[in-house]
Amino acid sequence: MSTPVLADDPSTGSEVAAMLTRRRRRGGELLFRTALQLCLLIAFASLVALLAWVLIKGWPRLDARLWQNMPTGLISRLDTAGVQSALTGTLWVISLTAAICLPIGILSAIYLEEYADNTRWYNRVLELNIQNLAGVPSIIFGILGLGIVARAFGFGFSVKTAAIVLSLLVLPVVIIATREAIRAVPQSIRQASYALGATKWQTVSRQVLPAAVPGIATGAILALSRAIGEAAPLLVLGAVTFITFNPTSLDDRYSTLPIQIYTFIGRPQEEYTQLAAAAIVLLLGIVLVMNSIAIVLRNRFERRR
Amino acid sequence: MTTSTDRIGGPAAGGTLRRGRRRPVEALVKGLLVLAALVSVATTVGIVVALVNPTVGFFGEVGIVEFLTGTKWTPTFAQRSYGVLPLVVATLMVTVIALSLAVPLGLGSAIYLSEYAAPRSRRVLKPILELLAGVPTVVYGFVALFALNPLLRQIWPGEQQPAFQNLLVAGIAMGIMIVPTVASVAEDAMSAVPRGLREAAYALASSRMQVSVRVVVPAAMSGIVAAIVLGISRAIGETMIVTIAGGLVSDSIVWNPIEGAATMTAFIASISSGDIPVGSLDYNSVFAVGSLLFLITFALNALSIRLVRRFREVYE
Repeated sequence: MSTPVLADDPSTGSEVAAMLTRRRRRGGELLFRTALQLCLLIAFASLVALLAWVLIKGWPRLDARLWQNMPTGLISRLDTAGVQSALTGTLWVISLTAAICLPIGILSAIYLEEYADNTRWYNRVLELNIQNLAGVPSIIFGILGLGIVARAFGFGFSVKTAAIVLSLLVLPVVIIATREAIRAVPQSIRQASYALGATKWQTVSRQVLPAAVPGIATGAILALSRAIGEAAPLLVLGAVTFITFNPTSLDDRYSTLPIQIYTFIGRPQEEYTQLAAAAIVLLLGIVLVMNSIAIVLRNRFERRR
Repeated sequence: MTTSTDRIGGPAAGGTLRRGRRRPVEALVKGLLVLAALVSVATTVGIVVALVNPTVGFFGEVGIVEFLTGTKWTPTFAQRSYGVLPLVVATLMVTVIALSLAVPLGLGSAIYLSEYAAPRSRRVLKPILELLAGVPTVVYGFVALFALNPLLRQIWPGEQQPAFQNLLVAGIAMGIMIVPTVASVAEDAMSAVPRGLREAAYALASSRMQVSVRVVVPAAMSGIVAAIVLGISRAIGETMIVTIAGGLVSDSIVWNPIEGAATMTAFIASISSGDIPVGSLDYNSVFAVGSLLFLITFALNALSIRLVRRFREVYE
């Protein structure tokens, strides 16, 4: 994965070939190129148009009311309605999600990269299992939460349940990103550490992990931003009601931004549609800022390597 | 076993002197790591356990053949019927619409980014693509319902207007959602094709289009197919778009894409978010449909993992 920039360098083979073939270049070439450009243009344009439309739609409601006030089901009080409980709910759920999924994900990745013997069948099963979990639909995790966490564990429809389910959902993202970061640490650093008499864990904790921090941080941010935007599993976990209070403990009921947006969408009044658009802008702001940080971090990390 | 390997591995004296001081920590750490790694295994076991029990309960009352071949899904009617085909057909319809949009757009974008774009513009475009892949799906549902569908109704040529919620608009929104994923994965596969193959083709006086279509695409085929399979898997498992914009009617098979119908995920989301008594047939039906969904995506994931591994083995 480290050669792609070179492969497209127009100043080499392809340029020469272009010179050689210029005379017999036909309309087909141009048509193909234009079609490809059109694909990219349509893809980008539709995504940008979609985001712009939401911004325009939500603009009138995009002010302090949004985070200072609670949502309401009463149409008469709609003009002062906001999403504060959903914002605090998101904060509670995501903080706990981070506290659960990051340590477990990072430790799993350390095991798989540094300790596990890849020739053993159980380690290969472990690996395949994580790859498969990464592709399981999020609503299935909602069913896991409903059947096991909410009912069998008796955690009910609480912040705790939501955070556990979201943690399990994004765990593969954390594990896969951390493994890549650990793998990128040069073997010579480990050998130097061992040569100085360090044990395995001393080597991993004092040399390998610090060197892998940027990559791990990238994965962690991407995972949490995905958890913030996730609504389907929480739908199954009974989060769809107007919650008009901020959670104060892990056992409280909660709402999150995407769930709040979903409940607004279900209402026929135009005011709710606007409110939903404004809340989406807020959600997108959070998610896109997090993702940009992650991508910038990763690109800088990769260039340094 | 441990003592003998230890003697061989390190100086015997050092080994015995330090064993008491360091071994417990190392063993403890390893135990902790194994424990963390087992969480993901427990997750899979948990999913299977959560699905199996109610599903078995469901098939105790409804025949498995009736479930898989029945064409009426009417859990709330007086005449109850649990044939899953209406949900499956709606799911397939949305998936086909989404993929017929996402595959050409995604692959076209990927070929352009990998073979045509200048390195500088690609350094800008690829991250933006990845950024857009992170847009939450509830956003696409909202846009489909309130922006795309009114637009679709305006320009629709036929006599029958598209319904307020319909499969076509859900499919289009999902297609737009999947494009960045397909493009990103396919581009990775094409970038992994060794430069030598391209140069050999150029040396034989191939044009850029010939190199793209006859050399790079075939060489990256398993990665491209994996990108498409990933797209299919995401389309089948996606919930919010279809719940918001695709409709929730499920009593009989809907063949017309401009009508609304519930997909498997939309059914699970809409039924389970209401208050249904635990252990009832309706409650269990959620898990039966969930099991089917899990099996389908499991098969697709397995296929995709195999394909990705194949293209890695060849070129890395």
